[in-house]
Amino acid sequence: MNAPERSLTHIGQAARRPEGVGARMPLIDGVDKVTGNARYTADLPAQGALVGRILRSPWAHAEIVAVDITAALRLPGVRAVITGEECDTPYGVIPIAQNEFPLARGRIRYIGEPIAAVAAVDEATADAALALIRFEVRELPAYFEAADARKADAVLLHDNKKGNIEREVHNEFGDTAAGFAAADLIREEVFECAEVHHAMMEPNASLAAWDAERGHLTLWSVTQVPYYVHESLSRCMNLDAAYIRVIKPFVGGGFGHRVETLNFEIICALLARAARGTVRLLQSREEAFLTHRGRPQTHIRMKLGLTRDGRMTACEAEVVQRGGAYGGYGLVTILYSGALLNGLYDLPAMKYDGYRVYTNTPPCGAMRGHGTVNVRFAFESLLDTMAAELGLDAFAVRRRNLLVAPTETINGLKVMSYGLPECLDWVEEASCWSERAARPRDDGPIRRGIGIACSHFVSGSAKPVHFTGQPHATIALRVDFDAAITILTGASDIGQGSSTIITQVVAEVLGVAQRRLRLIATDSALTPKDNGSYSSRVTFMVGNAAADAARNLKRVLVTAAAKRLQVAEAEVDWLGEAAAVLGDPARQIGFHEIVEEALVDTGMLTVKGTFTCPVEFQGGKQRGGAVGSTMGFSYAAQAVQVAVDTELGTVTVEKVWAAIDCGFAINPMSVEGQVQGAVWMGMGQALSEETVYENGRHKAVSLLDYRVPTMAESPDIDVHIVESMDPNGPFGAKEASEGPLAGVMPAIAAAIEDATGRRIRDLPFTPDRVFDALNRKPRAGAIAPATVQGEA
Amino acid sequence: MKKLLTLMVNGRPREDAVAENALLIDYLRDTLGLTGTKQGCDGGECGACTVLVEGEPRLACSTLAHSAEGRHIETIEGLSTAGNLSRLQRAFHEHLGAQCGFCTPGMIMAAEALLRRTPQPSRDEIRAALAGNLCRCTGYVKILDSVEAAARCGDVAEVAA
Repeated sequence: MNAPERSLTHIGQAARRPEGVGARMPLIDGVDKVTGNARYTADLPAQGALVGRILRSPWAHAEIVAVDITAALRLPGVRAVITGEECDTPYGVIPIAQNEFPLARGRIRYIGEPIAAVAAVDEATADAALALIRFEVRELPAYFEAADARKADAVLLHDNKKGNIEREVHNEFGDTAAGFAAADLIREEVFECAEVHHAMMEPNASLAAWDAERGHLTLWSVTQVPYYVHESLSRCMNLDAAYIRVIKPFVGGGFGHRVETLNFEIICALLARAARGTVRLLQSREEAFLTHRGRPQTHIRMKLGLTRDGRMTACEAEVVQRGGAYGGYGLVTILYSGALLNGLYDLPAMKYDGYRVYTNTPPCGAMRGHGTVNVRFAFESLLDTMAAELGLDAFAVRRRNLLVAPTETINGLKVMSYGLPECLDWVEEASCWSERAARPRDDGPIRRGIGIACSHFVSGSAKPVHFTGQPHATIALRVDFDAAITILTGASDIGQGSSTIITQVVAEVLGVAQRRLRLIATDSALTPKDNGSYSSRVTFMVGNAAADAARNLKRVLVTAAAKRLQVAEAEVDWLGEAAAVLGDPARQIGFHEIVEEALVDTGMLTVKGTFTCPVEFQGGKQRGGAVGSTMGFSYAAQAVQVAVDTELGTVTVEKVWAAIDCGFAINPMSVEGQVQGAVWMGMGQALSEETVYENGRHKAVSLLDYRVPTMAESPDIDVHIVESMDPNGPFGAKEASEGPLAGVMPAIAAAIEDATGRRIRDLPFTPDRVFDALNRKPRAGAIAPATVQGEA
Repeated sequence: MKKLLTLMVNGRPREDAVAENALLIDYLRDTLGLTGTKQGCDGGECGACTVLVEGEPRLACSTLAHSAEGRHIETIEGLSTAGNLSRLQRAFHEHLGAQCGFCTPGMIMAAEALLRRTPQPSRDEIRAALAGNLCRCTGYVKILDSVEAAARCGDVAEVAA
């Protein structure tokens, strides 16, 4: 194992149950995954299902003049052909920014946008039908870069959005003018970050069954947010939510791609209704790239002030995001990019100007580290170069600006636990930072270097996207004659292990064996509503709800045990799988007896637990104050060692040391896995990942062209867990899956500079960009040259 | 045009009428219901569909079913015997080599081929052998740990042959 033994400063190892919280437990659904028994959407039995297919636009921007589907409908074997006419209700994850139709209606806004769909008896017939659909369009000027879309004479993508600006954000917290006046060093730099994509391993797929007799719909889909999908289906199909059932089977990753309802999910359901049957809509890898919702191409101009000894005085950031054709999560992304400049360090003043721009490219959305990643790359990079200019050590300048919890940031974000100092200490020691000058550095054209950076992320957005007044999380526990405990949860396990975490919490509180627990998740006919797997909310919010539910069940069972043992409740010694009389262990009853007693007169027990973020955590009252509010921030620090081939421009990450403050590790093995995955995903964005458009056509729509790192290019990643014991997290836990990502790119940039003396400010650090940076000669006609320190 | 395909799948003889242009992955998933083998891409990009043909790792998404005529195919479903996980399956489970699990069957089959060939591979040998299998969850670290743990377990799992 790479990961060192974690320090257990708060709870004695001996006190930990092997199946409760703190246990390195394998995933409860792990056996299904390693045996091939796990059924993902495409694996579900669908004998006799019709084949669904989507026709996608070859036009980047056009008005639909006429559509002719008669020939397609006439083709034998075709059961339904639908177009934008099928649904006149826009959808979108943000209630105030719904401007997308499942099938383009009136206007087409990007190449690859769904414009029609077919259900047919087999693939060949469906494909033949798509070819028979005739569109007459009037093409409009199209904009593939934010700057072009913002030009004064640009045609508007959405009539109500002037200047093609989806959302403009301007806020200032603290006094930035005074802050910059007090600074000894002020530097301003421009950073460019390429658009990246989730590339989760499971392609998109949905299965929809329309029961024409009852008018009921069942949809199985790859979603992270089954409740949002349910809600969108109800709206877009004009169908009472009571007649809809949404089931999330095993899902092969998401990373944000699936945190909003996606067009194909609605299209599949519309096709099923139109065909009056069952439709299976499997999609290609290319279609996942076109559905997109990734991290937007981002232009950042950032200015930072430091005193001579490294104290931050003020920060100013202007951020422009190329958002793509529709709203999606964009409004949140541009808000987060400002708000989450705070919460990591003690930043006394900041000014933020954000612009989310509509362009004729596939819609961007949420991606792991939502909103923070690119601005954190800019901030940490700038901090590093300025510290060097002041002769300060990279660790020292960060330590000079630490927060002290509990505290509140200038924009009203509460920080209740803060393990960043311990993260820095471990990373410094593990990476042998102080001896780095003595490391072997050069090996022919190969130069080695090391760099560090920090990052953080929310443990769930304290304000849910949909305000309903309902609890933020609900869990139900059911116990019947068999004395099994069935956990019913709407929380979406998409591989991050949330179902396992829930069982560990329940096992811990009740003291029962894991084997007694059964977990049923994400079936709207059975499980309570859950807001979904986004903003790293599940461990924190659902974990708290699970603990609440388990405590409530325990209370009922203790009462029953007391009755059966004929003693007062206070005299019951709760042993988990049994109960005894305090001080008289011989008077003991087993779990079945306890449950038998509890069921007398009432029958099956259903107990629930809930969690709601208290209003004081939902952000300050000032403008922009509610954005980024959470009950707990995770903190991360990492050191990265790279080798740069100065002749080829290639960068190899040789080793990463990553420390995470996740509050408390409910499952340390799972935390390590999440941190390693996040660090590695950050490495991909740093080194090779970027979408490529040519006149609006996505050219990197395969996993060969969109280059995610292979095993051969991936380093060992040592993980250290810091447990700051958050006062509000379940058993002190916070998130661990997103926080560690954002620090990776700036750490790699710092390591490249350490190796070569050149700081690169454009992502990703491909051989072209690195080579140009090393040779300081921007090549005419080449892709955007890197911005090198000292150059304009 | 369908024609008869005769082969062994996970140690059991099969005889099926299969279209001449059918891919091995579709034969396994649709005809035999062996959905453990996954399709993660549009052909030869990700390795999720890796199966063993005569013990060698092959991409089922880029292999014609009929090219397996007379051969022995092994899929993830064939690895566990009598309810016992294979050493790789156990190691992936216990060391968190699988997160979302979608790449896992292909990853395990590629690793199985490696361990039969090289029972005690170095970490870099594992990296090289599995470089064609993408995973988006783990950063590969715990996959490497899992394969190493399986290799430490000794003998090659009993092959259903």
